[in-house]
Amino acid sequence: MSAELHEADLRTPLKHARGLGSAKSGTHHFMVQRVTAIALIPLVVWAVWLALTLVRADYAQAHALVQQPCNALLMIIFIIAVFWHAQLGVQVVIEDYVHTHWLALTSQVLVRFACVLGGFACVLAVARIALGNA
Amino acid sequence: MSTSARPLSPHLQVYRWQIQMVTSILHRITGVALAVGTIMLIALLVSLAAGPEPYAVVRGFCASWLGLILLLGWSWSLAFHLLNGIRHLLQDALMGYAIHQFVRNSWLSVIGSLVLTAAIWVYAFACGGAA
Repeated sequence: MSAELHEADLRTPLKHARGLGSAKSGTHHFMVQRVTAIALIPLVVWAVWLALTLVRADYAQAHALVQQPCNALLMIIFIIAVFWHAQLGVQVVIEDYVHTHWLALTSQVLVRFACVLGGFACVLAVARIALGNA
Repeated sequence: MSTSARPLSPHLQVYRWQIQMVTSILHRITGVALAVGTIMLIALLVSLAAGPEPYAVVRGFCASWLGLILLLGWSWSLAFHLLNGIRHLLQDALMGYAIHQFVRNSWLSVIGSLVLTAAIWVYAFACGGAA
């Protein structure tokens, strides 16, 4: 902003900066991406074990395995961490490579919608398995 | 923003390929691939909740050639993103930045992911067959 323009404007520099985003939240994305990454290290090891157990399980065994409270709990935490981490990661990729404003904005919103939809679909499925009697 | 067609940084077309850039690029590619791969997670859990018939359809797809190729790709992506992700977390803690360490742990991510993927598939076929 030029000095003349600023003098003609009675608003303070702070007024201009407000609403453009808080510096205090600058590391939030970075931190959540790392925290979900750390959580996913043991969760992925557990999920791979579960997937390998499912290879030789029939439907009833697979259902019973996910129905176990410990597995159901870990699965829900795994789902939340996976979709949260995925959204944060894809967000950065879109920010870096998609430079058409409307396309970037649209894809950011769609990715968030997809992650929320996919995540809650999985959580609901686990809840049905965990609480059902089948 | 400039309208002339100046080359953008990084100048990938004049870069000699080196392992550090391979791991960096692969981390993004595998990350996006895994985000797409959550479709498999959704399909598996939703079908398991829905009943034996839908679950059999998803299992049948997993055992098909297309399913196995996709699962192979996703399992390697997961192994690489996991190992290279741990490497990135260690880098966040300011570890492994000397050039020789950086090159060595880049190779560890690549080779380790291949070993891990092989181990997973050998175990899967040894225990469950191609079912």
